[in-house]
Amino acid sequence: MYDFASYTEAADIHEAVGLLCANPNARIIAGGTDVLIKLRSRDEAFVGRDFVGVTRIPGMTDIRLCDDGTIVIGAAASFAKIEGDAVIAQHLPSLAQAAGSVGGPQIRNMGTVGGNLANGATSADTASMLLACDATLVIAGAQGDTEVPLAGFHQGPGRVKLEHGQILKEIRVAKAGYEGYKGGYIKFAVRRAMDIATLGCAVMIKMDGDRIEDLRIAFGVAGPVPLRAASAEAYAKGQTLCDEVLEQIGRKCLEDTNARDSWRAAKAFRQQLISVLPGRAVRKALGGDGDA
Amino acid sequence: MRKLINIEVNGKAREVAVDVRASLLEVLRGELELTGSKKGCGVGECGACTVLMDGVAVNSCISLAVWADGRKVTTIEGVSPEPGKLSDVQQSFVDSGAVQCGFCTPGLVMAATALLGEQPSPSREEIRRGLSGNLCRCTGYSTIIDAVENVAKTRGQA
Amino acid sequence: MSNKVIGTSVPRWDAWSKVCGKADYTADIPVKNMLYGKIVRATIAHGRVLSLDTQAALAVPGVLKVLTPADLPRVKHATAGHPYTLDRSGDVYDKNILTEDVRLYGDEIAAVIAETQLAADIAAQKITAVYEEYPIYLTAQEAMTEGAREIHEGTKGNILADTTAKVGNVEEGFALADYVFEDEHRTQVVQHCHMENQTATAFQSADGRWTCISSTQIPHICRRILGEALDMPWSSFRVIKPFIGGGFGNKQDVTIEPLVVAMSIAMGGRPVRLELEREEVLAYTRVRHAIHYRSKVGVSKDGKITAWQVDAVSKTGGYASHGHSVAAKGGGILCTLYEIPHMSFRSRTVLTNTGNAGAMRGYGVPQITFAIEAMTDKICKELQLDPFEFRLANFKKEGAPHPLNGIPMVTNKVADCLTLGRQRFGWDAKMADSGAKGGSVRRGVGVAAFSYATGVYPYSLEIAGCRLTLNQDGTVKMLVGATEIGQGIDTGLAQIAAETLGIPAEMVYAEETTDTDIAPFDTGAYASRQIYVTGVAVAKAAEELKDKICRAAGKFYEIPHSAADVEDAFVINSVTGERVASLGDLALRTYYDKARAQTLTAEVSHNCHDNSYPMGVTFAEVDVDTQTGVVTVRSILNAHDSGVIINPLLAKGQVEGGMGMAISYALGEDLFYDPKTGEPLNNNLLDYKMPTCMDTPELDCMFVEPEDPFGPFGAKGLGEPPICSPAAAIRNAVCHALGFEINALPLTPGKVFAAIQNNRGGGADV
Repeated sequence: MYDFASYTEAADIHEAVGLLCANPNARIIAGGTDVLIKLRSRDEAFVGRDFVGVTRIPGMTDIRLCDDGTIVIGAAASFAKIEGDAVIAQHLPSLAQAAGSVGGPQIRNMGTVGGNLANGATSADTASMLLACDATLVIAGAQGDTEVPLAGFHQGPGRVKLEHGQILKEIRVAKAGYEGYKGGYIKFAVRRAMDIATLGCAVMIKMDGDRIEDLRIAFGVAGPVPLRAASAEAYAKGQTLCDEVLEQIGRKCLEDTNARDSWRAAKAFRQQLISVLPGRAVRKALGGDGDA
Repeated sequence: MRKLINIEVNGKAREVAVDVRASLLEVLRGELELTGSKKGCGVGECGACTVLMDGVAVNSCISLAVWADGRKVTTIEGVSPEPGKLSDVQQSFVDSGAVQCGFCTPGLVMAATALLGEQPSPSREEIRRGLSGNLCRCTGYSTIIDAVENVAKTRGQA
Repeated sequence: MSNKVIGTSVPRWDAWSKVCGKADYTADIPVKNMLYGKIVRATIAHGRVLSLDTQAALAVPGVLKVLTPADLPRVKHATAGHPYTLDRSGDVYDKNILTEDVRLYGDEIAAVIAETQLAADIAAQKITAVYEEYPIYLTAQEAMTEGAREIHEGTKGNILADTTAKVGNVEEGFALADYVFEDEHRTQVVQHCHMENQTATAFQSADGRWTCISSTQIPHICRRILGEALDMPWSSFRVIKPFIGGGFGNKQDVTIEPLVVAMSIAMGGRPVRLELEREEVLAYTRVRHAIHYRSKVGVSKDGKITAWQVDAVSKTGGYASHGHSVAAKGGGILCTLYEIPHMSFRSRTVLTNTGNAGAMRGYGVPQITFAIEAMTDKICKELQLDPFEFRLANFKKEGAPHPLNGIPMVTNKVADCLTLGRQRFGWDAKMADSGAKGGSVRRGVGVAAFSYATGVYPYSLEIAGCRLTLNQDGTVKMLVGATEIGQGIDTGLAQIAAETLGIPAEMVYAEETTDTDIAPFDTGAYASRQIYVTGVAVAKAAEELKDKICRAAGKFYEIPHSAADVEDAFVINSVTGERVASLGDLALRTYYDKARAQTLTAEVSHNCHDNSYPMGVTFAEVDVDTQTGVVTVRSILNAHDSGVIINPLLAKGQVEGGMGMAISYALGEDLFYDPKTGEPLNNNLLDYKMPTCMDTPELDCMFVEPEDPFGPFGAKGLGEPPICSPAAAIRNAVCHALGFEINALPLTPGKVFAAIQNNRGGGADV
């Protein structure tokens, strides 16, 4: 038995926002794969709350392609749904890879991409991949919807830019975020399933012949929040793709990241992964078998 | 706070007044007396509590019971085609030596049932991935993978 | 006469009920008016509880009582599931059910009893303690430091025991050596991770005594320890073991039963259930000992071992539990694997403020095998000796006496395991294929051998019981005190009964529960003993029952009883070969023949005075990614001499399960403690890296099957042997791939990478 005060299932997003706004003790619950675990460990931020369920809100789990080429993913779409979705498979297969690296089948059936972002974990597999796609977020609130970039959404470990009364409604990847790019995600973890990333590395690469036209690199667990490797990206533009360049990109990534020592992994080891995984992710994106 | 929910459990419509704070696992094991689903960790890491919700494998320990309202839930007690018979997955677990202590077995049978529903002829690697949400400490997984592979082969020949 | 049932893969009798969810484990058994317990745990690792504030907890709706140490008997008990000794010399009596003296983080300082589990959980969190804190010692080295506070008063230097097993004179042995090798090896703390958490329910029975339904490997021992812990006559308790979701040695300790019975007593006999959470099981039940070995080996020019010296320091945590026996066992292993004319094996077991180490599958042998076979690998590499020839030249010879206890190792086919395994594994081709594999991958192969024992004779009591009853229809009910914990022992024992009686295995009914009021006395599931010790009890009982059947045949049919025999469930005339009657017909007469009915039962208590030695070898092939430190096991084979295999499918299951546990022992599992507070850091299944099926490679196994003269139908123990050598073989393969040594487990990517950076092994103090 979980220790919370009440549970209400919202019929639509307005009702959900209304329930939140009317009650400072209210909190969102989606797939529960994170919230219920925190409740069970009697985390004070969760115990005794009034929960508002959002997974049955119509449209909240949909994935669609807009006329302008924008991919819209409902925040309550499960990892499994993303993994198996035709639009994602066609336009953003690397997001399917990232979603498919979460937990195991049961977790992927229940856990949601919105929860993955909104719980503020640096290790979130879809967060770094979406960051590499220049994704934006649609946030519903009492004043209606606002759209903000995913970059900057994460404020610190477990903290995101969501006010009380706001709900992450959609994740959007504009055409410019994916068109002409190939993507790759490598999750480095001790286990091959049911694990959190020791380091996650997402890349989106656009080639012009054998030259790198554009490269976006995002990491999970390379700092307190998912982050982009700006100087490595800047260096990569215009370079001819070869092992030496990939190695240099890896070294540059160390300038952009802030790996730390923890009992899970030593800083030196995380730094090694930060320098090695981008090259492997690029090879993977371009059709090699460069998995970790 | 109690809520009346309607669930089809193992093919039978049930109306249950559940505490909204209860997990699906607690309601299955408690009110519904279906103790085949096990609690091994309480956090969705071991898969011993796996049931099918509308045919999809979920960890019932980290699903609220109220989420099953209006849905079909299949537990290990309802996986066989008729009383007194085993499903082909269950029979294959027996024949392949995939059962030892048996505590993970109900969850694995459910996960395997879901997997074979989605992928009728998975490779051993795909079987591993499909069962990766279920921990077993007795078998080293070898015979469990054999069991699922044997079902796929038999169904393929049918 | 060839066997009909032994050696066949009889399906385990309980598999169908388990695949249907019908098999009831402790938490599945309905009990009326149940209450729920929760343990309140210390939030420091070493110190004393000065006061407990229970007021807020008692105010939680549904909370009925909070137990503190003052509410319980002050008598201390020993938790280890060892056989009792009449002089109580075997174990360390150092544990109170609840304690004011905190010896590890999470020590049990109070307990809540409530009407719901949630109320108990909420209340437990509300209980606060004021502590006097002492310095904490998380490593054996720290605990042994001069001036360190005694974790248990009177344990000097925190050393529980310091013993040296000797063969010959080790200094003389080194004088005979042409080469001397030295090194250090370290193993880590790991946990059993049986899928069913410890769970027990206690209540007062109709006869006024106390029943405890528990997930225990040792029902009869548990009953005795309940008596000792609660200071009541042993017969006041009845322990019932239903189906168990694994134990692997962790449930060979009595951890929660005394408390749950005390809770029921406190509630006037109302049923109370105590079900540990996974986090509690991982951190606060038992773990495997981390051991630090310093080894020195002398070798002559002709490649023979002349001397082997080991100094082992074993970290046992806050309480003795299995005490010194785990570390000390290594000496017997070393000198039964290799012929060592001069050996000195010193072991010290040290108390620390960490998780309590106890029995875990292999009982110290995975640790010592890691050290022995890493040294063997080093010797072969440095002297450029063939690892097979060196081992074959030095293996203990079949028939030689155990150097420490004199019992002859009548069957010992370790050499066959090595040579036949080499072929099956394809060692030579894999060796040729090793080396750089493109990119950052290097491939290597490794081999490691082990020795083990079956049961605990001559060091402890070995006793087992069996009762067989001939049912009305000729089937047989088998009751044993041995404990089925998932390994399939019931099915193996039923096969022994069936073979002996001349009936098919399905005519023998095993019993799903072991109930101390009903089951014959047996010490339980540990030491890979049950097929060997209980198996003989079953065989003897079956012989006795068969003799009674034959005598009854002489009574009921026109056949001299000396000519009667049973074959395929028929009474036959062994002289003519004719079938006289079905066993069912005879059985019915034994029940209902108005004049001569006398039902047939046989009960045997077998005191075992033998030991036999399971042996084996692991072969492993790995890829090491030198950029990321990732080790991938490409192929692995365990070759076992466990005597005659009673049930090949179940035996394969035991071997593969042990291999699976061993692979993650080698590569991933490690229980961490916060260096400042001693709080466990990863006591959950997300952070503790128990392997999924994606992390476990394809497993191969084979058996060499000598007929052991002591075990039933030639069997030796098999439950634990499979976990003994894989970690050492994998380590040797990794070292082969890398070209340098790594001497600390586990070989996680981070550690392998660090070793590559440093190009050396080593690790932190245990």
